[in-house]
Amino acid sequence: MKVSILQFPGTNCEYDTQHAFEALGASTEIIWHKSESIPSDTSLLVVAGGFSYGDYLRSGAIAQFSPVMKAVKDYADRGGKVLGICNGFQVLTEAGMLPGALKRNESLHFISKHHTLKVENSDNIFLENLHNGDVVNIPIAHHDGNYFIDDAGLAKLKANNQILLTYSDAEGNVQNPNGSVDSIAGVCNKEKNVFGLMPHPERAMESILGSDDGVKMLKGFLAS
Amino acid sequence: MITAIVNVSLKAGVLDSQGKAVHHALDSLHFKSVNDVRIGKQIVLKIESDDKTEAMAEVEKMCEEILANTVIEDYAIELI
Repeated sequence: MKVSILQFPGTNCEYDTQHAFEALGASTEIIWHKSESIPSDTSLLVVAGGFSYGDYLRSGAIAQFSPVMKAVKDYADRGGKVLGICNGFQVLTEAGMLPGALKRNESLHFISKHHTLKVENSDNIFLENLHNGDVVNIPIAHHDGNYFIDDAGLAKLKANNQILLTYSDAEGNVQNPNGSVDSIAGVCNKEKNVFGLMPHPERAMESILGSDDGVKMLKGFLAS
Repeated sequence: MITAIVNVSLKAGVLDSQGKAVHHALDSLHFKSVNDVRIGKQIVLKIESDDKTEAMAEVEKMCEEILANTVIEDYAIELI
């Protein structure tokens, strides 16, 4: 199992992501954004978190035009699995690979804390080790995590079970930290091979550091 | 040389949190006449061309491809 992890100027979660997947037994490779291809044995491509291109213009807006992104789109079009975490989620929405957009948090504050999330749809490879209604404890750290999608788009997400996770309290009741439409924390595409979320599962790998709920999530990709 | 002024702002109906915060600030400074505040950004481009029609088409393409995220933003272009 080979996990390829994208690195743009300003990416800062690539080594945490590498550590997380290697702890689960995967081999990993970090791919610089100037590369025009991704390793042919890639079974999961991760767009890691950070502040690609300093978040200039909009978060993720410039990264979508990096040379490697064409290879990423081809890979996803062929059914390859792609996971965008935090800034990676922003890049994937900007690139049109996931629906919606991420706006400035409603409070205008950068939020960095553990947050509980409710599993909305586990009928996908990412969350297959969890059940609908389960609550996981995963850190969030973002300024632009306020997910927006129009009513028609939201209806499609619901009809196709594309909403992965929502922000909740420990009991699974809605608790919205950033103003996201329907408290949405993560979505996937219709084909269920491209996933994006603002929370950081790669930072929840050790119970001694607050939570190991990220293991259950990321392990889903290793089963395939 | 043509100067293109592009104004990008959140679409009507998309909550503008920054605008709201500034509205509150104006209110606390007793500027009571303000009904609404929307915040956007202005991008000024110097275009190597004398053909306004051509320049407009090109800037529109730039807006669609990168300068605005049309999922949440509108843009307006002025050529000088």
